[in-house]
Amino acid sequence: MVQETLIEDIRSRLGQAVESVSDSFGDPVLVVRPGSLRSVMAALREPPFEYAVLLDLTCVDYAAGEGRFELVYHLYSLSRNVRLRVKASLPDADLVADSLTGLWKNADWLEREVFDMFGVHFAGHPYLRRLLTYEGFEGHPLRKSYPWRLAQPRIPMKDKV
Amino acid sequence: MSGLSFLTTRLETALGWGRKYSLFHYPFITACCGMEYMSAACAHFDIDRFGAGLTRFSPRQADLLLVVGTVSHKLAPVLKTVYDQMLEPKWVIAFGACAVSGGIYQNYAVVQGIDRVIPVDVYIPGCPPRPEMVLDGLVKLQEKIQHQKQDWRWSRKP
Repeated sequence: MVQETLIEDIRSRLGQAVESVSDSFGDPVLVVRPGSLRSVMAALREPPFEYAVLLDLTCVDYAAGEGRFELVYHLYSLSRNVRLRVKASLPDADLVADSLTGLWKNADWLEREVFDMFGVHFAGHPYLRRLLTYEGFEGHPLRKSYPWRLAQPRIPMKDKV
Repeated sequence: MSGLSFLTTRLETALGWGRKYSLFHYPFITACCGMEYMSAACAHFDIDRFGAGLTRFSPRQADLLLVVGTVSHKLAPVLKTVYDQMLEPKWVIAFGACAVSGGIYQNYAVVQGIDRVIPVDVYIPGCPPRPEMVLDGLVKLQEKIQHQKQDWRWSRKP
């Protein structure tokens, strides 16, 4: 599928749910509303798109303004050898997105990592718990509002002389 | 009396000599410095020449704790436990910039030098250190052991 026809196809099939489709370095970028994230992803997984692989799922903190946190999903289609990026800005008051663990199993740990690092909740996740930091860690270290270099030791630390 | 003190001095020298040439080490390896440890420990640079060739994979059998690589706050209690499990007399080498000072990582996750958790005898800086620096550090530790009062740790206790 050629790039233009792919973008046209996405527009025609997912028109209402997709806010914008653009081209970034040869790969299409979709911006969707968080409410329609799950339905859009479910459609992208099926033919004719066949994005069978969730390459990565991460989050960006833009530090200021409404929609400060943006989820970024990277998809890959094995049958067509093309990639796709999906973005969804979350409203500050309600940092919740739908979990995609039902579509891609590897979303499980990726969503746990985003929850751990950014404090974004995923509705419908089977076991949303911190992945990289430890029990008792307070706050979310990759947020721009997390105090700079603040460590939370588990055992007493000696001071450097 | 002078004869007795001569004997204890000789005993200390003999103990120090024995200890410095039979360092059983426990490699606590967490990061890329492990590659450098391998080259120092294996045939090319061969720390066995200095009597430290026998790697023990239980801290209970080791004299020398080699902390090689980045230690995070999540891992710090494990390092402390491993150190506490070792029998006296015991020594610690901080191997590489991360173990010495936290290295390039100054953030929420990384301990800023393992000496904030356990006492360290010899620091080997470098990212990673050259094998020559590792051997130099080992020889420096041997000098330290030779000149240490051999019962310095138990005699301190009540």
